[in-house]
Amino acid sequence: MNKKNIKVNDLIFQTVTKIVVFIIILYSLHLFFSGHYTPGGGFVGGLMTSSALVLLLLAYDVKTVKNILPFNYINIAASGLLIAVLTGLGSLFFKVPFLTHSFKYVDLPLLGETSLATAVLFDLAVYLVVIGVTMTIIQTIGETE
Amino acid sequence: MIKVILICSLFFLTFSILATIYRLVKGPSAPDRVQALDALGINIISGVAIFSVLLRSIGFFEVILLIGILSFIGTIAFARFIERGVVIERKHSE
Repeated sequence: MNKKNIKVNDLIFQTVTKIVVFIIILYSLHLFFSGHYTPGGGFVGGLMTSSALVLLLLAYDVKTVKNILPFNYINIAASGLLIAVLTGLGSLFFKVPFLTHSFKYVDLPLLGETSLATAVLFDLAVYLVVIGVTMTIIQTIGETE
Repeated sequence: MIKVILICSLFFLTFSILATIYRLVKGPSAPDRVQALDALGINIISGVAIFSVLLRSIGFFEVILLIGILSFIGTIAFARFIERGVVIERKHSE
């Protein structure tokens, strides 16, 4: 490229990113937790979180983002798969078939009566796998010359 | 009455989407096409909003925010590709 030696300055974009990334991550957490009763769930929540990380990668560079978030995304995907298998195996302790889920109404101190479902743990596994796979793909492509 | 108004606005939105598609196909340079894609995303957001009012459903409100975020990130990525030649930098040049 012939524009390589022009000094670039991303001040507006980086300032906007610092605010917008938190909004996107909050929205992805909302999508993740509301997946049981309204549209959303682990898959789209994970995609939104990884799109927030992609926005960070766009505003800064690969090295800076690795300093901010020193995660190995392959390990995140692997731990997601592990959680998915463990939630399936956990149902075997109660003499029910593999991957049987249950829920219970619990009085939480701040939230009041809430139904805690074990399906959320499986959703968490999907969330972690989606983040891990997406970020591994994007970082591997971004790092190659 | 409100149904007629909503359907009319969907009709006009279709016209504006067709106009942006014309710019997308015909646009002489790449920035024209990127801006047409951005405008297309905004038109689709308003289309989804009007459609969810028409259907009396709140199930599509997540889609509105989702398209907004994805359109923003896509436009930024295209803009960086046009300006620098790379989308994600390995490290800053200075």
